[in-house]
Amino acid sequence: MSLVYVGVLSHAPGITGRADLVKNVAVRNEFYEKLDQQRQEIETAKPDALVVVAAEHFANFFMSNMPAFCIGIGAQHTGPIEDPQWLKIPATTVPGHADLGRRLCTEIMQSVDLAYAEEWKLDHGIMVPLHFLTPRYDLPVIPVNINCQGPPLTPLHRAWAFGQALKRACAAVPERVAVVGTGGISHWPATPDSGKINAKWDLEFLHRLGRADKKALLSYTDEATYREGGQGAFEIRTYIAAAAAAGGPLRLQFYTEKLPIFAVGCTVGRFDIR
Amino acid sequence: MRGLRQASNSPDGRGLVSLYQLQKFLYALNRDEASKRRCRDNIHELLNDFDLSDEERTALIEGDIGLLYVLGVNGQILMHFAAFLGIEWFDYLELMRQGIRKHGPVRAGVYAMTGGGERFTAEERAR
Ligand SMILES: [Fe+2]
Repeated sequence: MSLVYVGVLSHAPGITGRADLVKNVAVRNEFYEKLDQQRQEIETAKPDALVVVAAEHFANFFMSNMPAFCIGIGAQHTGPIEDPQWLKIPATTVPGHADLGRRLCTEIMQSVDLAYAEEWKLDHGIMVPLHFLTPRYDLPVIPVNINCQGPPLTPLHRAWAFGQALKRACAAVPERVAVVGTGGISHWPATPDSGKINAKWDLEFLHRLGRADKKALLSYTDEATYREGGQGAFEIRTYIAAAAAAGGPLRLQFYTEKLPIFAVGCTVGRFDIR
Repeated sequence: MRGLRQASNSPDGRGLVSLYQLQKFLYALNRDEASKRRCRDNIHELLNDFDLSDEERTALIEGDIGLLYVLGVNGQILMHFAAFLGIEWFDYLELMRQGIRKHGPVRAGVYAMTGGGERFTAEERAR
């Protein structure tokens, strides 16, 4: 078993960029502590690389040529594309893992039509997780994108199939691989409704992950998701892919809707790998 | 690239709005340092590479966040442009609300305002 860690976390730009505006400082600090605990758990698993399954926001892909899935197999990546002052994460270069990325890609392609890119610019969707999980940027990162932004979106059952393919690919390589899925559950980001969170809907989704209930996880329609969880909730695809990669239930380590200035319910969790 | 022009449900029903081109300009700007420099130096010249309506062109030149939002620019693209312009977070949210008050509901895309213009954070309400 070369898949050594699978988890999920939120990535909204406010988590770093608007940290100073937070009134609910105790809850914010608890969230940061849980993210640091996640970093420690990943380090303890001694991975050779971290695969970040993300829902990027037009950093590399646009409606000119939008892949359902893409993996970054470059030797390095740069980010953030956003103004570093705005995101409060300095511009940096992050090591990739070209050789491992290429082998994972080759294996995943046996069952999922995956695009690849040797060039990848990181936006907040990956930079915020890395800021907490590998703050020295010394762990090779293999970015993966699922189209959660430009409809027609990647179907949920294909996100699940991708997760399963990723699991098989990790089993076929000697390296130790950690995987995180990063997305929001309900949120209305970058709109005037920013800060709106449907905690009930979030917790129902998290319970489905906690039961590893594939049927329930794949039963959401985009229409219902948009209505109940907003356009940001299309990012549940990343959690679903992580769930499929892990094969076991999610153990939720943190959730709060009490930091709406971050424009997302803040989540940290780890899956049992089965 | 006229074939790529995308229809939008503009309330006056006149013509097609090249939302695709508008967003493509912002996508290129957001991710590319050279484009940012060109934009600061001479936005007019940079805009010549894109097939835009006069309304869209003016909105970009003036940094009219409210109008760009109503025209249907995806929030994830618009948010980065607002940051590039140095617009503070709560001002960005308010500019979008003002855009809706002035021009009506968002005309295309999935980033419509569905929350009635409410302020959803204590931090913004306390401003
Ligand atoms: Fe996101």
